[in-house]
Amino acid sequence: MDPVEIARWQFGITTVYHFWMVPLTLGLGPLVAYFQTRWVRSGDETYLRLTKFFGKLFLINFILGVATGLVQEFQFGMAWSEYSRFVGDVFGAPLAMEGLLAFFFESIFLGVWIFGWKRLHPKVHLASLYLAVVGSIVSAFFIIVANSWMQHPVGVELVDGRPVLTDIWAVLTNNTALVAYPHVLAGSFGVGGAFLLGIAWYHLSRRRRDGIDTVDESGRVVVGENADIPGRDKLDHRVWITALRTGAVVAIVAFGAVAITGDLQGKLMYEQQPMKMAAAEAACHTGTSFSVLSIGDLGSNDCSQVQPLIEIPGVLSFLAHGDFTTPLPGVTELVPRYQEQYGTNLPDNPIYGDRAGQAIDYVPLMEVTYWGFRIMIGFGALAAFAAAVALWLTRKGTVPASKWISRLAVLGILAPFVANTAGWVFTEMGRQPFVVAPNPTPGGIDGVFMFTAAAVSPSATWGELLFSLVCLTLVYGALMVVEVKLLFRYGRGGVVSAMPELATHDEDPSDQGGPDKRDVLAFAY
Amino acid sequence: MDTLPTIWFVVIGVLWIGYLVLEGFDLGVGMHMLFARSEEERRTMLNTIGPLWDGNQVWLITAGAATFAAFPLWYASLFSSLYLPLLAVLLGLIFRAVGIEYRGKGETDAWRRRWTLAIGLGSLVTAFGIGAALAVTTLGLPIDANGDRQGGPFAWFGWPALIGGLAVVGFALVQGAAWLALKTDGAVRRRMRTFIVRGTALALLPIVVWVLTVQVVTGGPWSWALVVPAVIAAVTGWESARRGREGYAFAAFTTFIVAGAGSIFAAAYPVVLPSTLDPAFDLTVANASSGQYTLGVMTVVTAIALPFVLAAQAWTIWVFRARLSHDHLPPVHTFIPAVLRAPEVDSERAVESRTTHGRR
Ligand code: HDD
Ligand code: HEM
Ligand code: HEM
Repeated sequence: MDPVEIARWQFGITTVYHFWMVPLTLGLGPLVAYFQTRWVRSGDETYLRLTKFFGKLFLINFILGVATGLVQEFQFGMAWSEYSRFVGDVFGAPLAMEGLLAFFFESIFLGVWIFGWKRLHPKVHLASLYLAVVGSIVSAFFIIVANSWMQHPVGVELVDGRPVLTDIWAVLTNNTALVAYPHVLAGSFGVGGAFLLGIAWYHLSRRRRDGIDTVDESGRVVVGENADIPGRDKLDHRVWITALRTGAVVAIVAFGAVAITGDLQGKLMYEQQPMKMAAAEAACHTGTSFSVLSIGDLGSNDCSQVQPLIEIPGVLSFLAHGDFTTPLPGVTELVPRYQEQYGTNLPDNPIYGDRAGQAIDYVPLMEVTYWGFRIMIGFGALAAFAAAVALWLTRKGTVPASKWISRLAVLGILAPFVANTAGWVFTEMGRQPFVVAPNPTPGGIDGVFMFTAAAVSPSATWGELLFSLVCLTLVYGALMVVEVKLLFRYGRGGVVSAMPELATHDEDPSDQGGPDKRDVLAFAY
Repeated sequence: MDTLPTIWFVVIGVLWIGYLVLEGFDLGVGMHMLFARSEEERRTMLNTIGPLWDGNQVWLITAGAATFAAFPLWYASLFSSLYLPLLAVLLGLIFRAVGIEYRGKGETDAWRRRWTLAIGLGSLVTAFGIGAALAVTTLGLPIDANGDRQGGPFAWFGWPALIGGLAVVGFALVQGAAWLALKTDGAVRRRMRTFIVRGTALALLPIVVWVLTVQVVTGGPWSWALVVPAVIAAVTGWESARRGREGYAFAAFTTFIVAGAGSIFAAAYPVVLPSTLDPAFDLTVANASSGQYTLGVMTVVTAIALPFVLAAQAWTIWVFRARLSHDHLPPVHTFIPAVLRAPEVDSERAVESRTTHGRR
């Protein structure tokens, strides 16, 4: 078995999994902070309930982000030691900065937030959530900087065959990072928005089906309450309709931002990784048309089988250039160019193991890049469209009672997750066969690139790699089941599940947050 | 020429020692949870570390990332050589983290029992693996000229790894006991004091062996000088616990690990990863480090960030300084869902459980 292949599968699986938790953390965190701010400023209990409810779900998800992030941090050294040796001078710095400037504050202040209810002054308590959220947003910046350096190495000089950092500022302001970062953040807000929307829809529709809320002849909502079920009061309706509208607006705006930044990324990608752009299009031959649908064997890298079915003339050129006429080089034209610059065969160097001397295939897996690109855009658009429809359907204050629409709304939570995953898979696999892609733009540094085949740990045996791949996949799979179960349980549980005091009435909810007289730690676990 | 790499060797040492100091006690608490006698005790123990453990764990992440940034060759060789033990550490950390967060979110005894096991065993495996890794990086691995491990997946295993693993486990047990004695009341407090009085000598034996071995092999006057305060601190810790001065005991064991681990790092300098095959292959502060520029940048960042990190952590410990006992223990969060699958039946049950659900 080929260690490179196993290590790639492992990195792909663990990272994709990490990036299921990440966008929810990044997108939901600021929304919870927003709710809590509204509560602290107005005392409106609707927002307290929103904070507690979504805060609970946020934490259930956050912890898996932490657990899987640890694996990411260690993996570079464990499975990709040659990569770590090659890039260490540049790549380690943003990772260490992420730890020092972001993870500490994220983790410390989230702990303060969880345990600080009632212990701290409400404003101090709120400030701790802000610090945690800012921590996660800053962490995303540094890791995107690290990743962007692999897509477009800058700020270095080649010394003895290794890139040596000469300009940290150039690395931190890498144009690839500056567009990828807002793109990823916006994509995460899309996730947060859809999450709010789906769950709120479910609860509103349950209230209708349980006969708590009804509608009058004009379709306007008549809010009712059920005194027997804790938490199903009139305020409960306000909670969900607020969540629904906030979520829908966030999802729509996020999609706008994602489209704008994505367009900028496309233009950079054309300059920096022309092969990725061509592969995203399964564009075999030079031209200007954007393919909406191509069939045939996309994987046949000689392009003989690819058959574009629907094409929009000019759009591809617009994506990459901003005009409708400049043709884009296709795969067939690019391959000889790459071969001339980076060689036709892997060098005869022991670092390549069994692969030394093999011919290099410069074309990424086109099925993956082509569909990845379309799934990303398609599912993002789908989520935004659904959010707009949801706003329209709920303009009279509640949702239709239909069980099926409610199921669709909950299912819709997945759409932006799918889009995010597809975006990453496309970006990362489109970079192949390089792990550090060469930088062909003016000012790019000659020779700073690395083939994935050279990056794995020479001493890690395929047995070790396979064992860890199997272990991590199984553990991740099991934890996924547990997390989703808990999310469903607490999601369905509604506000009372996060605020048991609503059911037991032994505590005045408005008293939440004031410093406690008893000098006792809050018990959260 | 070698000043910046040396400074960074010290920084990495500080990060590891910070990790041992902070996570030492919460790994210990995790292990002691396995031996708690009731659900109240387990919850009390867990909540003493509740607000702190996640921040403590970041010391490990940062120690790893800073090694990557400052000594990429050290990071690459050490982590790839220790593939299996580090995998175990990762799995341990995953189960521990998830256990801490999820344990209170289910109702059944089986659920809690499973997550208690995850926390306890996760802590044990993590402590052992980290100890093994630190011991082999001070005592040597069979690495070749490129820094790659020779001799297969288990080449790292030997008595240094074993001693190092036991050393951190033993220390975590003592430090965890000191923490629990300081932060709880009643039976747990008494038992933990007894644990320290009776168990310290045995639990700290492996770390003492490790310290002395490193001193004998590579020690110098500086590193030997640190052994003295370590010994004094260990005895003081034991004596304070015996006299019921838990605060002093905790501080003394903290001093012990700072001085003890400090003496190990001081003795190892300037070699960061000795090769057991040929001293010419040793990774040293000079040949494994990043360039001057990178180290300079990282120095600035660290000098700015670390004081804030320390201040924030000190503040958290102060905010949550209160001693806990199960008199303070609020009832387990009752889970009463708003949406019931069969509304009539379940709402009655919910009302019922609301009234019968007392302290567990
Ligand atoms: C765009 C965002 C993003 C991306 C691409 C990644 N991460 Fe991440 N990571 C986060 C955004 C994030 C976060 C939102 O900040 C998390 C998620 C949950 C959390 O606790 O913080 C996090 C957690 C997290 C943790 C735990 C931190 C803690 O204990 O608080 C580590 C060690 C890493 N990540 C490391 C990585 C590495 C090495 C990655 C690259 C392969 C990576 N992450 C990709
Ligand atoms: C921002 C931080 C990231 C860094 C530093 C990073 C780095 C890497 C590295 C080193 C590899 C292995 C070498 C290779 O196979 O090319 C890789 C592969 C991969 N990554 Fe990323 N990655 C990051 C984020 C992500 C995210 C968030 C995802 C997905 C959600 C992702 C998906 C993948 C996939 C699918 C592969 C396997 C590609 C393949 O081997 O063909 N990456 N990445
Ligand atoms: C009109 C819509 C969109 C366009 C034009 C677009 C464009 C792009 C491009 C060109 C890249 C590749 C960058 C590179 O490899 O250099 C990319 C990556 C990515 N996209 Fe999109 N995208 C769109 C929508 C979305 C949506 C809706 C999401 C998720 C909700 C999303 C999430 C991502 C992610 C996570 C990546 C990988 C990270 C990165 O390189 O920034 N995108 N996108």
